[in-house]
Amino acid sequence: MAGGPMYDNRVSGYLYIAPFLIGLATFTLFPFLSSFLLSFSDYQLQDPVQQARFLGLGNYLHMMGDDTFHGSLGVTFLYVFVTVPLKLAFALFIAFVLNFKLRGISFFRTAYYVPSILGGSVAIAVLWRYVFAGDGLINQALVWAGGEPLNWLGEPAYALFTIVLLRLWQFGSAMVVFLAGLQNIPTDLYEAATIDGAGKARIFFTITLPLLTPVIFFNFIMQIVQAFQEFNGPYIITGGGPLKSTYLLPLMIYEEAFKYFNVGYAAALSWVLFLIIAIFTIIAFASAKYWVFYGNEREDEE
Amino acid sequence: MAKGRVQLHGVMKSFGAVDVIKGVDLEIAPGELTVFVGPSGCGKSTLLRLVSGLELPTGGSIMIGDRDVTLVHPSERGIAMVFQSYALYPHMSVAENMGFGLKIAGLPKNLIKEKVARAAEILQLTPLLDRKPRALSGGQRQRVAIGRCIVREPEVFLFDEPLSNLDAALRGQMRVEIARLHAKLGATMIYVTHDQVEAMTLATRIVVLNAGRVEQIGAPIELYRHPANLFVAGFIGSPRMNFMDGLVDGAEADSVSVRLNGATLRLPRHNADVRPGAKVTVGIRPEHFRVGPGVDAGDDQAVEFDSVIDLVERLGGETLAHLRMPSLSDGVLVVKMSGDIALRIGTGLRVGVRLAQCHLFDAQGRAVGEPGSRAAVAA
Ligand SMILES: Nc1ncnc2c1ncn2[C@@H]1O[C@H](COP(=O)(O)OP(=O)(O)O)[C@@H](O)[C@H]1O
Ligand SMILES: [Mg+2]
Repeated sequence: MAGGPMYDNRVSGYLYIAPFLIGLATFTLFPFLSSFLLSFSDYQLQDPVQQARFLGLGNYLHMMGDDTFHGSLGVTFLYVFVTVPLKLAFALFIAFVLNFKLRGISFFRTAYYVPSILGGSVAIAVLWRYVFAGDGLINQALVWAGGEPLNWLGEPAYALFTIVLLRLWQFGSAMVVFLAGLQNIPTDLYEAATIDGAGKARIFFTITLPLLTPVIFFNFIMQIVQAFQEFNGPYIITGGGPLKSTYLLPLMIYEEAFKYFNVGYAAALSWVLFLIIAIFTIIAFASAKYWVFYGNEREDEE
Repeated sequence: MAKGRVQLHGVMKSFGAVDVIKGVDLEIAPGELTVFVGPSGCGKSTLLRLVSGLELPTGGSIMIGDRDVTLVHPSERGIAMVFQSYALYPHMSVAENMGFGLKIAGLPKNLIKEKVARAAEILQLTPLLDRKPRALSGGQRQRVAIGRCIVREPEVFLFDEPLSNLDAALRGQMRVEIARLHAKLGATMIYVTHDQVEAMTLATRIVVLNAGRVEQIGAPIELYRHPANLFVAGFIGSPRMNFMDGLVDGAEADSVSVRLNGATLRLPRHNADVRPGAKVTVGIRPEHFRVGPGVDAGDDQAVEFDSVIDLVERLGGETLAHLRMPSLSDGVLVVKMSGDIALRIGTGLRVGVRLAQCHLFDAQGRAVGEPGSRAAVAA
């Protein structure tokens, strides 16, 4: 075994995995650790690191009295709690429709995925800004339909809405997962339920939805994690305004670090965001056994 | 009383341009266990699904009891169906699975419980009522699927290859259980299978389907003894019937003479409509051959063939010999013999068969005339 030709040249083996290890160390482990350490310091971007002073829990204590942080946290929660359910419901609805056996349905399956490829890009966010601008496409349509143009990006209530919409528009990846989940449900079950006298709505809520819970769970986690980290929308479209109504936590972190140069504080904010995401994920996993149904698992008690 | 009667009149079904069911007429009497049998893809499931209402016919009409149900919703036809995959709701317990239809129908909880308990009793599922389907064996799942039907008290039970996912031993056992259940409930049942052994053992009547058409309808033993055509002759019976090409020598009032393998066979037949010189097929079942030196010598009601043993399959209780006949175009003949018979590959063997047990088909594959006398065939 040991000493076979395969194991002779260990160096080349390590060389092969080196790019990955270097990448991991440089771009993941190093920022991870350094941000953790910096979060306990008053490090300023313009100064050498050596000048940073140790603050202990100072940054974290400062957050408690920071109104900007409290506001941002509130907007972030509002954004996540509106976006994630809406997006899941919308993605499921589209997947449900695209699961019908119709002629040319695969064309639509592809077409509906396109926004997800484009949606995250900066260019689309820029486009979004023009669509919702004072004389943008939406307002032109509103006027054409006989309505009043709205100040989409200037009104706090509407501005968050445009950001939510940008993310809703990227329903494709969740939809594809839902579609796969729907196609995994055997037709036989629907037929058996039809013979049992269940109508379409009943079948959806008593057969489809319960059997889809593993996929719903997966999508829920993914969407929570992504939504808490939303940055492009507020940064490009609204700049966090008006009146900080779209000032999501990731944008605040960015501005603290690169606008006000408070890297230590920004690092602490990042860690709070990380903890929030972790807590939600843990809650989701802990609750899974009460609502997620895994069909292929055998029951514990036999 | 017509409760439980099923009638199909000129039922047709096409999927797009493909005609799958090409005009089926059929009447199933109340309480019968009718088996649809035929090769894979012949339209058995489609025909069953037309009865269930999961598919709607493109022509013809369907009656259940005294009602025309051609366009009636599946849940209102008085049918219940067991699927090949069982189609149990995986997230519901056994009891919930069985009671689902009743719950939708709005029955009170205690009544549902009572009905489920009674069905579970019949099927010995009582200890399993709280389990999920995934915690059940194949045979148990099968019984739950049947239980789900029983609680609905349907006029007609529909089974689509219900045993094909089970292993051979369990299949035999479940076959007996279904037969017992039919005897106990006395309900009309339609059972689809591609397995002619299942068809023979279960059926009150068999409907042999081929390429969307009915080939023959009859009691199992009727189909075995008097197949109406080559297809049924080849499909019913295992191992398959042997076919040999012959030429008609002459036809008389009560017999047809056929030249076959150098010999002339006078087969007892009434009302045979064949001309001398016509090509025919003679069919002989493997189990109807008799072996041994001169078994049928001098008997003008029998014929003997010389052959060479090509292959021997020993099944324990019986032996299948594959025989070659030099002067036979077809070549191989399968003969069923007792399990302990001594046979050596390459040696000669003389086999005989009674003329009354020879089947005769014309060039179109239809059975020729009527058999000489039923007693002779049954012998
Ligand atoms: N929904 C359908 N769409 C198109 N063709 C179908 C459909 N259902 C069945 N068929 C075709 O009809 C034929 C008969 O199918 P089926 O009734 O399932 O056969 P069997 O049960 O005898 O094996 C097959 O050739 C099958 O491909
Ligand atoms: Mg089938």
